Amino acid sequence: MSGNQGLLERYARVAGAEAVAQMQQLAEKLRGARVVHVNSTAYGGGVAEILHSMVPLMKALGLEVSWEVIQGPPEFFEVTKKFHHALQGRRVDLTEDHLRLYQEVNQKEAERLADKLSEADFVIIHDPQPAYLIRYLPKRRGYWIWRCHIDLSRPFYPVWRFLEKVIVQYHASIYSMPEFSQPLPHPQYIIPPSIDPFSEKNRELAPEEVFRILKDLGLDPSRRLVVQISRFDPFKDPLGVMRAAELAQKFISFQLVLAGGGAADDPEGERVYQEVVRAARGKKDIYVFKLPPEAHRVVNALQRAADIVLQKSLREGFGLTVTEAMWKGKPVIGGATGGIRTQVVNHHTGFLVNTPEGAALRIRYLLFYEEKRREMGLKAREFVRQNFLITRHVRDYLALMLSVCMGSPDRLELETGEACVWPPVEPGPPPL
Amino acid sequence: MAEKEQIKYPGPFVVKDCALVSVSTGEKAYTLAELVEKIKKIDPSSIHHHFWARHLRPSFDHPEFHNDFAAWVHIEVRDRILAERLNLISPHEYASMEDLREALILLIQERVFEDEHLGWRKAENPFYFVKSQLIIFDTGMRLEWPHEIADVLESFSPGTIFYHFIDARRRNPQGLDDFRNWIRQFPPDYKPLEDLIAKVDPFFLSLYEIRDFLIRHIRTFCARIHAFREEPSRRKKGSPRPREGG
Repeated sequence: MSGNQGLLERYARVAGAEAVAQMQQLAEKLRGARVVHVNSTAYGGGVAEILHSMVPLMKALGLEVSWEVIQGPPEFFEVTKKFHHALQGRRVDLTEDHLRLYQEVNQKEAERLADKLSEADFVIIHDPQPAYLIRYLPKRRGYWIWRCHIDLSRPFYPVWRFLEKVIVQYHASIYSMPEFSQPLPHPQYIIPPSIDPFSEKNRELAPEEVFRILKDLGLDPSRRLVVQISRFDPFKDPLGVMRAAELAQKFISFQLVLAGGGAADDPEGERVYQEVVRAARGKKDIYVFKLPPEAHRVVNALQRAADIVLQKSLREGFGLTVTEAMWKGKPVIGGATGGIRTQVVNHHTGFLVNTPEGAALRIRYLLFYEEKRREMGLKAREFVRQNFLITRHVRDYLALMLSVCMGSPDRLELETGEACVWPPVEPGPPPL
Repeated sequence: MAEKEQIKYPGPFVVKDCALVSVSTGEKAYTLAELVEKIKKIDPSSIHHHFWARHLRPSFDHPEFHNDFAAWVHIEVRDRILAERLNLISPHEYASMEDLREALILLIQERVFEDEHLGWRKAENPFYFVKSQLIIFDTGMRLEWPHEIADVLESFSPGTIFYHFIDARRRNPQGLDDFRNWIRQFPPDYKPLEDLIAKVDPFFLSLYEIRDFLIRHIRTFCARIHAFREEPSRRKKGSPRPREGG
């Protein structure tokens, strides 16, 4: 059995044979296509995690796939973090110098990656950081797709306007929710992200290992545990979570853990982390951990040990930490925003809340009703299995790729044994 | 083979599976007045999506509302009267998407004329017009005879049920599902099976419920067919003998 076949069989065991068969039928039509993913960080954050799983899986399906990470000075990532906030609706000050730096880095990276990107059949650009690469590669031959992972429902307009000038040049774009799409002249696909059940963060862990990790962190494995795992970012509302825990702890005893990693493209994280540490100082049963980007097993153990997982975000693209927790059979109390609303089905997989008070009430309820917690956890895991595993995500990407080369028809009928449609008879897409 | 020739065998039933990929139309409406204007122009596949795609969407129980328009009017516009009226629309009763579009427009306009302020009441969250791209997969499974359905139904994914029961109504003449469309080409022995399948109302049942309904009823029918086969004297003269599936 080849390595690729073994990989596909592993996924079939978890996601179902039909999920793998669907990917294979689509990939058969694209065999040999060269695909390049581009983002801005190799470690930390949901995008990098998805790509660590998606790239090998696409390769196993017979595509030629590579992943490129753009590089830039720390000031570039300060600017792109502002982009990130602005696109999620916050007013930011972006000067001409900031925009010039952003464009210069994209131009330099376009020159560095020119051979690969110009020759690729499909280029998938993730998020705003590398979005301007397209402007500096006029001789590209393939289809360019912009994948937006963030909540673009109410962007700060001047920044969106700046970005829109190049987004219109892409052949298609992808969003996690319909609310995030914008008036654009190309097809906009709605594809929620996913988790990989075999990644370090999601694979099964022995109870002894979970116990040891908790002890190492100074937690008491015999006591109830509520966790929020996310970057230290104001939109994740870590202070609101702390407030909710304090309100609930007046009635019921538990440990709260706020843990998050940083990412190379998130320079603001350290400032928010310090703010949270200061707020937690002197408070009993509230623990704040800054985890290195590679601490996937620690995250895995914390989620598995938790009785409840919180994700009380104020704005959220999708919220993969919610998916991870649900996959581990945990009910989630989530902020009623963005993709959390798609995953947390009130009274079924957890509860949606709008305030620290709302979160506090639901913490008390779920810690009190153990049976309800277990029932919601089981539903949550099955919900993820059916909807949010990497196999569904790859299937949707392959469908999109096939669709853009065929002019985005309403129906895409795949016949077994039919000839591979790749490369298309027509030479590449016309430059936009 | 002789049997197949005798009855003008219609060919095997090709079992397919499908998945929906949602595509944003970029259109949204904050008020009923805007909603009507958008419905007038929107791609018919978007109207189809907002009535039927919920079947393949993650959910847990019977939704209170059977289409996205009714749910939005109830939750975001907060007009219970119009929400109830919209909720009653059974899309498969309309001969075409254009007829369904017209019915939607009439219902909303009628309600707006009843309450002049309602047309401009702003919803908290807009209605986003989405359409679906249907990806159709070949499962490789083929059924030779109608009674074989009972043997394979349990292995049908929700996508298979969606394709053959819901999508089929858009494709087939008279809005028939694929099973009935195939079965009616066989001799009248299978008419009761066709009638059984006709009882399925896909608008109110989830895909799993449709499958369970079929499993229960088709098995009963097939058990009768098998019993019937063992008593050849009871068979009508000239009618072919159903063949065992394999």
